[in-house]
Formats: sequence, structure tokens, C-alpha cells
Amino acid sequence: MTSTDHKPLYAKREPVFPRKVKGKFRSLKWGIMILTLGVYYLTPWIRWDRGAELPDQAVLVDLASRRFFFFWIEIWPHEFYFIAGLLIMAGLGLFLFTSAMGRVWCGYTCPQTVWTDLFIATERWIEGDRNARVRLWNAKWDLRKLRLRLTKFAVWLVIGLATGGAWVFYFTDAPTLLVNLINGTAHPAAYTTMALLTVSTVFFGGIAREQICIYACPWPRIQAAMMDEDTITIGYRSWRGEPRKHSDAITKESPQGDCIDCMACVNVCPVGIDIRDGQQMECITCGLCIDACDDIMAKIGKPRGLIDYLSLDDEEAERKGQPTKRVWQHILRPRTLIYSSLWSIVGMGLVVALFIQPDIDMTVAAVRNPTYVVLSDGTIRNVYEIRLRNKHGETRPFELSVTSDAALQIDVQGQASGDDVVNVPADSTYLVRVFVSAAAQTPASTDDRTAMRFWVVDTINDDRAHDDTYFNGTGGT
Amino acid sequence: MNKPDKKDDVDTTGHVWDGIEELDNPMPRWWVWVFYLTIIWAVGYSIAYPAWPLINGATAGLLGYSTRGEVAEDIARVDASNAEILARLSTADLTAIRDDDELHTFAVNAGGSIFAANCSQCHGRGAAGVQAGGYPNLLDDDWLWGGDIEQIAYTVTHGIRNEQSMDSHYSLMPAFGTDEILMNDEIDAIVQHVLSISGQDHDADLAGVGSTLFLDNCASCHGDAGTGMQEIGAPNLSDAIWLYGGDADTIRTTIQNARFGVMPAWSEEFRGASGLSLAEINAVATYVHQLGSAQ
Repeated sequence: MTSTDHKPLYAKREPVFPRKVKGKFRSLKWGIMILTLGVYYLTPWIRWDRGAELPDQAVLVDLASRRFFFFWIEIWPHEFYFIAGLLIMAGLGLFLFTSAMGRVWCGYTCPQTVWTDLFIATERWIEGDRNARVRLWNAKWDLRKLRLRLTKFAVWLVIGLATGGAWVFYFTDAPTLLVNLINGTAHPAAYTTMALLTVSTVFFGGIAREQICIYACPWPRIQAAMMDEDTITIGYRSWRGEPRKHSDAITKESPQGDCIDCMACVNVCPVGIDIRDGQQMECITCGLCIDACDDIMAKIGKPRGLIDYLSLDDEEAERKGQPTKRVWQHILRPRTLIYSSLWSIVGMGLVVALFIQPDIDMTVAAVRNPTYVVLSDGTIRNVYEIRLRNKHGETRPFELSVTSDAALQIDVQGQASGDDVVNVPADSTYLVRVFVSAAAQTPASTDDRTAMRFWVVDTINDDRAHDDTYFNGTGGT
Repeated sequence: MNKPDKKDDVDTTGHVWDGIEELDNPMPRWWVWVFYLTIIWAVGYSIAYPAWPLINGATAGLLGYSTRGEVAEDIARVDASNAEILARLSTADLTAIRDDDELHTFAVNAGGSIFAANCSQCHGRGAAGVQAGGYPNLLDDDWLWGGDIEQIAYTVTHGIRNEQSMDSHYSLMPAFGTDEILMNDEIDAIVQHVLSISGQDHDADLAGVGSTLFLDNCASCHGDAGTGMQEIGAPNLSDAIWLYGGDADTIRTTIQNARFGVMPAWSEEFRGASGLSLAEINAVATYVHQLGSAQ
């Protein structure tokens, strides 16, 4: 049917009032909600001793001094590849889970889902279950409706405030910030961030809800391309359920199926769809319709699983009475194995990088304007700007030296000749200007350039690092 | 497979790809309200901020915002935050700056900017000087008027052979050729002597003649051995560093015509508002001092 007549371009939102449900998937979702929100709200309060000069917060994003602390790991800006690697792993992990089990991320762990679930639970606790909420929605405004709505929004705001609050605690010392927030002396950025996150949490979780998933989120579109007939997703065994009760299709040849058209699956759905219409773009595969239907099937004495996790080819095989594949056969296939291997390779790369991550480091920038300087006795000198990185929580004496086939002399600017030990402050990068000289008429001074290597040695634990560069001579002129 | 479908109750757009039809579901109503809201916002924005182009400029906007104003505020904020350390720098004992890590780092960075803006035109961005123009290299260890940090600050303050400042370093080499003090063959002999004391290829016989002439005419400033005299800015002629060049032709030109390199005075005393403040002079002196071979 093609549209020829003028239909409205825009439609009003149909409000969704999910009914309370009990079952194994609901319990799993409660568990995941407690775990994920618990981790999110509590992590900033974990302490981790790193010595006197470094912060003692276990997880801290220190934007001012450009450091990221994660328990025993400390990431500097030049090690940002760790974050990039984690993002790649997150992406590959999402591909893997989507091709194996559909939109499990959406259904169980996506922050939008978790907070929406929390906001719906709050709403149910204050305004009552589905029928009460529908009545309240339709009721005229009176004192009771006003009281319930105000209570609901007040609780939502508290949740939103805690959410925004938890976010800012990741960026500075949490106990100090809490005191400052309460007595009004915290940085305006903290208040602004909290206000924005409070409002957006209430808006996303309380008001917009499923509309974020349906209209705003790009993931549902991308995920559709990663699912195939082997992907385990939520389906309705229509061969078993149809024709449903009250259906015109019920005849003597095809008696009523298991579906009694009780609408339990529709009433519990947080995105407001009927799963019996088949897999749909809106479905976040949260599994609540399975719980609802299993409950009904138990009550009418039919086997569970009229609505269940199943793959498209299972549904087809069952319909034809053929044996279905085992779960592991759905999960272990080239596609998921490729995703898993890629994920593991990146993961192992990061772990290796973490173990070989040095505590000291140097970068040498040769000053090439001019390329060399002639001193009064004919000595040829090159200048290098060396950045020394000390990742320890204390000042460390670093000794500089240079190795080369030619005879080269090293001097640190501002220090006596022969004193090549530089004290690098705790947890910082320190810039020193270093002079390297070759005596007049020696090979290094007359050659065009000579390979050389700078060494830095931590004189306390003998850690060392090096960087290769060149010494420029006159080139015979 | 019994495929329940929304197709029965929803229109399609009429587009079909590989048998897949596109449903024509309506957009949510609030979506269009968000669109209207952005229009209202845009109207408000164009009233509050500079927006509508006019013949000379644009509407100013009720909030009085301008990007130039924002930059001016930023600069004022940075100036205010630097005021304390600049005050410290202007009263600092120059030789003690090296011991104060914070002050030294600030002075080197500020001095680098001041050098780039005021000094690099002659001395070069890397401070290596320009030999063809007689602009000294500040990276080597040969200083005409002294290379400790106080001497550097003094030179920056008063300049060289600068008429404005009575205290400016001043010296004058006679133009031995142009003023007919020496004959051409005498100059040639002195050139050979200077080549010999600086360890270059030379004519030994001529140099022998030149050494006597050198003692009579040049040694009063450049010293008997040609090692120069910093107090009067007489260069060392025996080392490997040449202000204008150390080959025979250039040395002859120098003796013939003499040299008279000048440097302006940079302090506010002599340049008014465009001059460098005491703190800025101390900063640029610190910067030059740490470049290489200053004493």
C-alpha cells in the first residue's frame, strides 16, 4: 500500500506503562543493575596509597595535571593508546556479543536501559503498578495527582543528582569535593556538570526513556547489520502459539494454539511493542516478555518458552519438526571466533604494553637552529633539549650520558662540567638543555654527522632509557 | 513462516530494495517541537550576540560580546596571574635566578618570547647571529663586551655604540686604509700576521713584517698577542670565532674601513612605552645566558 492521501507527518508519543514482572531474567536485570550502578556510584570512594606526593584515589582522571590513575596503573597523555586500545576492545566486544546474542548490551547493561529501569521502578514504587499509573495518567489534576507527581520528580532529581555527583567525583579527590560541594566552595565547573547531568539523567531515564533507543541512538541500526540467522535473540514460537485465542483463524483443522492473548508480554514491555509481531527495531531484548509469558504458561499448565531466546533458524527448524542446534553451535562460528581473536589480540597487546611500560623515559629534540656552534678553541658543539619523565612518586636523580663511536663530551646547562645528574621532580616531565661537544679536528667535529645515543639512568634502581640522535659536525667546511 | 507484519496498518514510502519495503512511520510529534525550539533559540541568539551584517560591521548584540573582548579579557587575566612573578623577576638578583627553579623556568620561557619578538631580527631565531651583517652569535663562548648575565642585561639595557645612552658600550676602531694611516702593503702584512695568530694558512715572511706593525698599530686595543680586550670591546683575533669573517679578504676590509656595529638600547628609559621593562630585560638576559656559553 503506497501513501497517496495526506497522512500526518508527526505522531504523538504513545506512553508506555510497563507492568511489574517476576522471573529469572528480571532477577538477572536487578543483579546487573545493582552491580553496574554500585560500581559507578562507589568507585570514586575507593582509596589507593601511592605515596605522599600522588593522589590516593583509586580511579582518578586528573585533567589539570593530565594524568589518569587506575589502581596501580598510571597513564600519561603520551600513553593515550591504552585508552584507544580499550575503546577498540569495547567496540569489538560489542560486535562479538551482538553477533552471538543480539542486543544483550541494550537489554541488560546499557546505561540508558539501566537508568530507565531504575526510574520505572521508582515510578512504580510511588504511583503504583501499570493499572494505577494508567488511571493516574488519565485522571484530572487534583491534589493527589500533584502530590504523587511531585514526589516522583523529587526522587528522580535525587537520583539524577547522585548520578551527576558520582561523575564529578571521578575528576578530583572525592571526599574533598563532597565537603566543598556542601559548603558551596567547589569549582563552578563541578556545579555546572552536576546540574547538566542531573537534568539529562532525569530527562533521559524518566521522560524520554525508550525514545532515546528508538529515535536517538545509532546502535540499533548498526546492530541489525551484525545479526544473522544464528544470532540468539528473542522470538515468539508462532507455530506453537497461533492461532491465538479470539483469533478468526481458529477452525476445526487448526485449533487454538498456546497463546491465550493475555497481553502480558505487551504489558511488561519497556519499549511498548508486541513481540508476537516478530523481531522489531524497537526491541532491546531485555527478556521481560519471556518472564511474563513463562508465568502465564505455568498458570495454564503449558510448557514454558512460548516467547524465548531463540535464533531465526531454530524457529524455522522447530516449525518443520527438525532438530535444532545446540547453544554452543550458535555461539561458536567463524564470525564470533574472528571477533574473539581480534578482541584477545588487542587485549594481550595492552597487557604486554602495561608490563613493559617504563617508569622513566626520555625524548631528545636536537636543536637544529643552528646545526652546530663553533667555540673559540674550535670545539664543535650541538645542543639538545631533553625531556626526562619520572613516573615515581618522589624526586629521582637521573644520570645522563652519551655513547657514540666518536669521542663526545656531555654537559648539562647550568651544572658544572662532569656533573651530569639531574634531579627530576616526582611524577613530572623535566626539560634540560644539554650540550654535546667534539674537540676541534676530531672525526665527530669534521664529519657531516655522527650517530649517537643518549642514556638516562635512574641512579636509585638502575632503570634506564635511551634515545638515538645525531651529532652534526662541520662536514669538512 | 507466518510473518506478522506491520505492513497491513502502516503505509510504505513506495521505495523497494531487493523486495524490502520502507515503512512510512510518522515521526514523533516532539521531534518537530525540538525543531521549532531551535528556530526560537536562533532568533534569541541573534539578538543576544553579534549576528546581522550591516554596511560597516554587524549588530553588536545585547550581551555586548565580542571575540576581541574575550581575547582582551584572557590577556588581562594572564597578566594579572603573572604580576606576582614579574615583580619578583624585576627585583631579582640576576645571578641568583638560576637557583630558583620556578623563576628560572618562567624567565627562560618569557625571555624566549621577548627574544623572538625583539632580538631575532638581527641575531637570528636560534641566536646564531649573521656573520655577513656582523650580528654576533650568542651561542658561542666569545663575548665582545662580556658574557656574564649582568653584562648581558647591561648590553640589552644600553645597547652598543648607541647615541641615546651615555652609558652605552662604545669603542671606535680607526679606518687604517681609508684614513691613510697604513699603506696597502702594510695592511697586507698585518693580514698575514692575523692569519698566523689565528692558526690559519699564511705567508710566514709577510707575517713576520706584520707582527711589528701589529704591535705598533693594533696591540693597544687587541693586545700584544691579539687576544682582545673585553673592557673596550676589542675582539679576540686569535680564536676560531669571527664577527665579520676570518678569511684574508674580510680581515683586509676590516682593517681598511674599520667596523662600527651598533645595537639599540632596549630599556623603557630609552625607548619609552615600546621598550622592555626591567623584568623583561632580566628575562631575556636569563634566556640568552642559558643558551650556551655565557659565563
